[in-house]
Amino acid sequence: MTVPFEAPPLSLTSPLQAEKLCVSYGRRPVLSELDIAFPREQVTAIVGPNGCGKSTLLSALARLHTPQAGRITLERRDIRSYGARELARALALLPQNVTAPEGLTAAELIRFGRQPHQSWLRQWSAEDAAVVDAALAAADLQALAHRPLEAMSGGQRQRAWIAMAIAQQTPVLLLDEPTTALDLGHAIEVFELVRDLAAEGKTVVMVLHDLGNACRYADHLVAMRDGRVVAAGPPSEIVSRELVRELYGVDCTLVTDTDTGAPLLANVRRARDIAAPGSSIS
Amino acid sequence: MNGRPRIAAGAPQRRVRLWFALLCAATLLVCVASLLFGAGAIGPLDSLDTLIRALSGHTSDDNAWFTIESLRAPRTAIGVLVGAALAVAGALLQAVTRNPLAEPGLLGVSGGATFAVAIAIALGADAASLRVPVAQFGALAGCVAVLAASRVRGAGDDPVRLVLAGAVLSGLLYALTSLILLFDERTADEIRFWVVGSFAGRRPDDVIALLPGLAVAAVVVVGIARPLAALALGEHVASGLGHRPRLVRLLVVLAVALLVGSATAIAGPIAFIGLVAPFVARGLAGPDVRTTLWLCLPIGAVLTLGADVVSRLVVRPSELPLGVLTALIGAPVLVAVVRSRRLPTL
Repeated sequence: MTVPFEAPPLSLTSPLQAEKLCVSYGRRPVLSELDIAFPREQVTAIVGPNGCGKSTLLSALARLHTPQAGRITLERRDIRSYGARELARALALLPQNVTAPEGLTAAELIRFGRQPHQSWLRQWSAEDAAVVDAALAAADLQALAHRPLEAMSGGQRQRAWIAMAIAQQTPVLLLDEPTTALDLGHAIEVFELVRDLAAEGKTVVMVLHDLGNACRYADHLVAMRDGRVVAAGPPSEIVSRELVRELYGVDCTLVTDTDTGAPLLANVRRARDIAAPGSSIS
Repeated sequence: MNGRPRIAAGAPQRRVRLWFALLCAATLLVCVASLLFGAGAIGPLDSLDTLIRALSGHTSDDNAWFTIESLRAPRTAIGVLVGAALAVAGALLQAVTRNPLAEPGLLGVSGGATFAVAIAIALGADAASLRVPVAQFGALAGCVAVLAASRVRGAGDDPVRLVLAGAVLSGLLYALTSLILLFDERTADEIRFWVVGSFAGRRPDDVIALLPGLAVAAVVVVGIARPLAALALGEHVASGLGHRPRLVRLLVVLAVALLVGSATAIAGPIAFIGLVAPFVARGLAGPDVRTTLWLCLPIGAVLTLGADVVSRLVVRPSELPLGVLTALIGAPVLVAVVRSRRLPTL
């Protein structure tokens, strides 16, 4: 008796899920009844227009916001049941626009990533030093280990911050707009590092501004608008002219990248005949 | 050494240890100077002679020994404790506000302590030992008030605005303190010299009254050093590393109140030590608060006690108020910090 192979549903293979998640700032709801699951050991990009709630979703996943309703589970356990350091050993977060004190070197920054593993009884150890060295190597920063962050290029600096999150040795990594303010070359450095991390078995969730980069570098895409998930799935399956129009109010021509199979947006122009997103609110 | 030349190992750590040792030696030197020099008739050579005889077991009850044992020794201990306490308080405030200008004197924390003590004396409290908890309470109130103001939307992002809020609070509190002095002559006599900051005329009992508060603060500081260092990377990053920024901030406020309250109770409000010492420490050791806190101990002691020794000598046989001297050292550093480009991000 043979059972035809069927991929298990995403909810079983996902380390991180949100169910009926509601988050609001004051009285303004930002996320309403949001259900989402992130595939294990893959790169997920969350995209959507400004103010769609994507950064709020990431903050809620990292427990920086308390949801008004619903719950988030990490490895099937409610994140509220995790201790602070326990959560920091399971899930690392790199917020948007991080700044470090002047004079801090890459190695010093990355050492902070070991803090969730340290305690009164367990101070800095040889194992910590080895993990920091490995994180420096993963981010290709060995030569710059003792250079102050402000003396680095934007791409190097962002890689150092990601290396700090790597040193946390968490199975899940959340990145909030890791490439804003980076030019194309530096952004690619960061995206290639993210791909490497997923290949090594990390589950990466990143908020991205740019749909093109999301299609190119993510295995899984989550498209949001007005606090809801509009579409979720592999970019080649879900990105369509209609989706782009719904998210950003623009028309485009979709072509397929012959090298990667990822959808490419061409000839993007303002759509004339539909309401732009957000215009229905005020 | 057996496979340890790792990249991650703290290379500058040895240099910091060297600085710490040098500064501790400097502290000892200043302590000896403090025992030898005074505004009165007992000169350094007499003092040295008496001191050497005392160390070899020949105590005498002449005038010189009395001056050293009862006047200069407590004064020296107070200088070291007050200087270290104010320096650490400054480093803590600067770390928690991410603002290199945050200083107990500038932010109204010392002002709160001063005002509280003035009220207590006006209400008839005589005992110097009572001053300590009263000053700590006043420092706590001042600290909470100015940090609450700094968390008002927008103000916290701008280092200079926090200092402005502190200046307003300080001005108000010192005005109210002066008002009490105007109305109450007895209080005025008791407080006037204290308000400009001085170590003169303190008894050994006064030193002992400081120790419990300082000890509690030391325990708190050791406990929060690591999360406080992470807070320098931003509140969200610190949370992501498994820390609780609110709890850390609360404990910092508590420690600062204990430190500044103790220091102010015994020496009056002394400005700028909490600004200058962490500034020097960061220059020597970089931005990590876990190392600057250590360096702040001897730097604060050297600065404060050194200023006190100088204050005894410049206008002999009178003494200059200590607060005048620390302001002379501190004001240029304040200008330097404001002018430097490292201001926006600490």
